Formats: sequence, structure tokens, C-alpha cells
Amino acid sequence: MSTTSLGLFEPRPLTRELAVANENILVSAHIYTATAALVLGALFGLLQGFARANWIVMPAWFDYYRVLTTHGVLMALVFTTFFITGLLTFSTYRSIPRIRHVALGWTGYIVMLVGTLVTALTILSGNATVLYTFYAPLKAHPAFYIGATVLVAGTWFVAADLLMNVAWFLKNNPGKRIPLPAFAAAATFVMWIIATIGVTLEMCLLIPWSLGWTSGIDVELTRMLFWYFGHPLVYFWIMAAYLIWYNVIPTTYKGKVFSDALTRLSFILLLVLSTPVGLHHQFLDPGISAGWKWMHTVLTYGVVIPSFMTAFAIFASFEIAARRAGKRGFIATVRWLPWGDPVFSGSALGMLLFLFGGFGGIVNTSYSMDVLVHNTMWIVGHFHVTVGGPVALSFIGAAYRLVPAITGRKLFAPKLALVQTYTYFVGMLLMSTSMHVAGLLGSPRRTSDVTYFGAAGAQSWHFEMVTAAVGGTILFISILMFAVVAVGTRFRDVRAEVRDEFAFAGTDEEAMRTPAVLDKLGRWACLALVLAVVAYAGPIHDQLSQPHYLVPGMRTW
Amino acid sequence: MHLHRLERIWLIFGVAILAIFLATVTTAALVDGFVPPSHVQSIDPAKVSVTPPFDQPGLHKLANGSYEAYYVAHIFAFAPHRLVVPLGAHVTFYVTSTDVVHGFSIPETGVNAMVTPGWVSTVSHTFRTRGTYLLVCNEYCGIEHQTMADTIEVR
Repeated sequence: MSTTSLGLFEPRPLTRELAVANENILVSAHIYTATAALVLGALFGLLQGFARANWIVMPAWFDYYRVLTTHGVLMALVFTTFFITGLLTFSTYRSIPRIRHVALGWTGYIVMLVGTLVTALTILSGNATVLYTFYAPLKAHPAFYIGATVLVAGTWFVAADLLMNVAWFLKNNPGKRIPLPAFAAAATFVMWIIATIGVTLEMCLLIPWSLGWTSGIDVELTRMLFWYFGHPLVYFWIMAAYLIWYNVIPTTYKGKVFSDALTRLSFILLLVLSTPVGLHHQFLDPGISAGWKWMHTVLTYGVVIPSFMTAFAIFASFEIAARRAGKRGFIATVRWLPWGDPVFSGSALGMLLFLFGGFGGIVNTSYSMDVLVHNTMWIVGHFHVTVGGPVALSFIGAAYRLVPAITGRKLFAPKLALVQTYTYFVGMLLMSTSMHVAGLLGSPRRTSDVTYFGAAGAQSWHFEMVTAAVGGTILFISILMFAVVAVGTRFRDVRAEVRDEFAFAGTDEEAMRTPAVLDKLGRWACLALVLAVVAYAGPIHDQLSQPHYLVPGMRTW
Repeated sequence: MHLHRLERIWLIFGVAILAIFLATVTTAALVDGFVPPSHVQSIDPAKVSVTPPFDQPGLHKLANGSYEAYYVAHIFAFAPHRLVVPLGAHVTFYVTSTDVVHGFSIPETGVNAMVTPGWVSTVSHTFRTRGTYLLVCNEYCGIEHQTMADTIEVR
């Protein structure tokens, strides 16, 4: 790697080879930052699991809720976001080869990193024990809100970089379709930009309030703005996992993308339908009438459809490739798939976990049914078996292909990588199932100790908390294995150098042609905005038309 | 746009299932009144202690034989403390907060609501079994959140 340089001030003429080397360093920065957040987040998760099982008691100087806030922010906001910005940057750069400068990309990364460090240090110092949802009127130190805003603003630079590359491609290749990985990355970022409008508006209320410039905060309005952002945040994760499933996974069994057009249609449906569904996180909130909640139930059911389409496309791709290899029938197809390749097993085991995640998600969004599970451990089980399952495990699996590509080194300890994906699956299945059961028995989430002074009703939750802690321990060990492989690969010596042979999956020859309208992301973004306004104008109007009160807020930790 | 025949069948199957789910929850809402707690009534959180009926938290019997219970949630307790409810009583809870967001949950009963300062939440339940029920705050509210619990005794 003699050609390393940040690409900011380029002394030599930029060749494609040098540009790729620069791109690789940028993507590495994102992926290794994500890895660091994952390992640290996992350690904090382990402590929580032990505390809930009553194996340890967190000391007052580093209490359970501070650990919980750090875990939530590191996993849900830092690990996922950095991995996704890295993955989307890689997907766009590699599918639009070009002699490019990466200054804008680096700006994005550095802004994200500064925001992350400010937020993390504020939490660790005990000045922002407000959990990752930071519900007002819990009042954190202003640095928490400002740091989080800077982190989000950093992602906009990354988005601008990628969208400008897509625009460059369209300008220089008139009449051509955007390459599928770049299209998926662009659609994901357009959805993300629309989603972050909500949290940005929320921060416009929270930052002046935390600085003492305003005397009170509208609690329900901030909750609504948070969940306007909070649910599409979930789809930001899922769209990135789908990018891997559609574009990378077929290469592990010499298969193809089932259909270019239907892949694009799935991403467009996710772009359009991800935002107007956030109220399903507020089904139990006062001040929002039942009719609006019902409307968000219907819209959330709608966003299930692109996931149905994805399930079909993935299995169709499996089956078509298996038939070409002379395998027929369900069992023969399943046995033929490359279960010994950690890139495949990571995503495939993630897909299995997503079956549970999808099932539980339908329960959560089914209107009055949410009463049974809201704010119980069931919800914790649900998001661990979704973002912690299909999303994180697909990311980790993809990293086993991505890290060799960006470091130019052969994967370190591939057997360990394989074992890692299976242990992760077992640990997550045990932990999330335990959490789901505890939730059905009524155990509340976000609570350091659920014994309630030995109350009879609380006794039945203990067993599940112990099995969850065992699952969490397996997960922690598994995440350490991943870190060993990822970091080990980076530091292998030159003898392990490989030529980068990364390639995305091609499209099946028999697939239909892609209609041009599917590439008009601007139009679909407008439709998404209209739907978001339709979904939120009513509830916000209702709230503002009531006499409503600003709350001063307080620090309760 | 052309869809593969099998994909069309798969999608019709999937959408049909969603339609059945939607019909079920909608029927339950319209016929049996199973709707999530969605009371729209605001209250000045700074004046809860002087706003009737929250100035006197507790159980009140109505003329028609059912009950209303007024609860005030604050860090880190509920008022009233240790509510006693007659067996078979149909109780509508009215809950509000004077400080931060709390939860109001009686595990294994279906009583579950968010409590936000500035708003009144309502949720109903008929107590058909004798015993001591646990009432817990199920939304993080601060450093002693895990102690924010009470009991409801049905006898």
C-alpha cells in the first residue's frame, strides 16, 4: 500500500488506481469506527444483561441507566450509521468507477466522528442519562443534543457526496440505468434525508431549551418529531441489509439478482412508505386520537409489502442458481447453499432471525394489540432480533468480504469468522426469545432491577432474565471474534496481500427490463414527502388546537 | 410492469393476510371497543395539585356503579398509594404527570399507558380476580425509576 494518501491535497496526478486506494482508506475509516462502536456497545450490553439477571449491581458512580444510554446510542446510532455510510460509500464508488477526489466524503466522516465523540463523552460523564430516545422533559447537557445533531449533519455530507456521484454518472451516461448498488445506496440516503428532517426539527426545540434560552418544551410534539425520525431510522438499517442481500449475497453461490426492476421497486416502496408510520411507537400516548393511530397501523402494514417482495426475490435467486447447478427441490437447494462461507451464513442466519422480527413487528403495529407488549421486554426482544439480528449479522457477514477488499489483505482466521456467525445466531436467538417471553409475562423494559421489593408478580420474570444474560454472553464473545478477524485482517503482513476482486452480483439474463421511471428518485422523494405530511398534519394539528402547556424539564439522574 | 406468476401469488397471499389482520383489529375496535388509550385532554402540569379531580387522587364511585381512579405520577412514586378496589369493579384510570414522562402498567391485565406531563391518559379494566396487583412505571424516568411501583389490592 505505497499509494496511501488522504486525497485531500493530492501532489501526484490522480490515477484510477490511486483513487481506489484513497476510497479504500475512507471506507476503512467508517467500517473500523463502526467495529469499535460495536465492541464497546457489546461490552455495555453485557453489563446490562448481568444486571438484569441480578448477577451484578452497577455502582452509583457508573449506574445502569448510563450504561443503557451508552449501549443504545453506540449500537443504534453509531455502529449502524458508520457501517451504513461506509457500505453505501463503497457500493457507490465501486459501481461508478471514476477518478474521483474523496474530500467531501472525508468531511462527512470527520463531522460524524466529532459529533459521536462529543455525544459519547457527554453520556459517559453522566450528563446525559436520557437513553437513546432522549424523551423530553428529561434534560441532558446541551453538548448531548449538539453532538447528536453534528453526527446526523455529518451523514448529510456523505449523502451529498454519493448523490453527486450518481448525478455525475447520469450526466456522463445518458440513457443508462444507475448501477443497482449505487441506486440502492442513493434510495437509502434519500429516505434518510427525509427522515432526519424530524430529528432536526426536534433538535431546533431541544437545543435552545437545554441552553436555557427557552423556558419550556412541548413534550408530545418532541415525541412525535422523534418517532417521525425513529421509525425510518429502522428502515435505514434494513435498506442497507437489503442492499447486501440483493447485491452481494448472490455472488457467494455464483447466482444473480432475480430482477433488477423489482429490486428497484422494493427500494422505492421503502423510500416512500418508511416515514408515514412513526405513530405506531406512540399508540399508548395521550393527546393523539385513536383514528390517526389506526391510519398509521394501515400504513405500517403497507411497508411490509417490500419485505415480502424481498423475501421472494432472495429465495428465487437461491432456487434459480441451484437449478443451474442441477439441484431441485427445497431440501436439495438449502443443502447446496454455501453454509461454509461466513459472508453467506451471516446474511442467511440473519434472514432466519428476521422471520421472528417480522412476526413480532406485525404484533407491535397491530393497533390495540400493542397494549400487551408496549414498553415490556418484548419490545427489547423485537429490536434485538431485527437490528441486532438480520441487520447486524448481515453487516458482519458482509464485512468478511468488504474488509479484504478495502485492506488488500486475505481474511484473517476465516474459520473463526464462520464460527462467529453461528455463535451469534445462537446467542441472539436465546437472548431475544427470552426477552420476548419476559415481555409477555409483563416484565418492563428500561429498568435496572425488576424484583420490585420481592413482589409476587415479578418473580416469574427472573428465569428469562438469566437465559437472556447467557445469550448475551454468547453474543459478546461472538462480537469479540468478529473484532479479532476484522482487526487481524488489517494488520496482516504483505504476504497476505491479495488483488481486490470484489464484484457485485449481475442480473439474471431472463429478468425483465427496468422501466426508466424507477430511477427518478426525485419524484419518489416528493411522493414520500407528501405522504409524510398527510400522515402527520392531522395529529399535529389536533395537538396544537388543544390548550397545551410547555414543561420546564429537569435532570432526574 | 410484469410480475412473475409465482410472485403475484405470493404477494396476493401476503396482502390478504395483512387485510385479515387489519379487519380483525378494526372489528375489535369498532365492536368491542379495543382501542389503544388515546384520550385527548390537556392539563397544566404545574397546577395538577389544585386541578380537580387530581387534587384528590384516589378511587371514586360513580352513580352507575362503576369506578374512576385518579392517579398522579411523579418522580419516583404514584399517588394514591396502595389503592383498594372492590372485586368485580370496572375502573377507569385517569393518570397525569407533574414532571417527566412515566408509564402506567399493571402487568397481566392489559392496563398499559404512557403518562406525559401536560396530558391526561385514560385506561379501563374490570378486576375479576381477588389479589394484589403490581402497578409499575414502565418508562424510564430517572435514577430511581426501578423503585417507582405500587400495589392495587382487589378484595
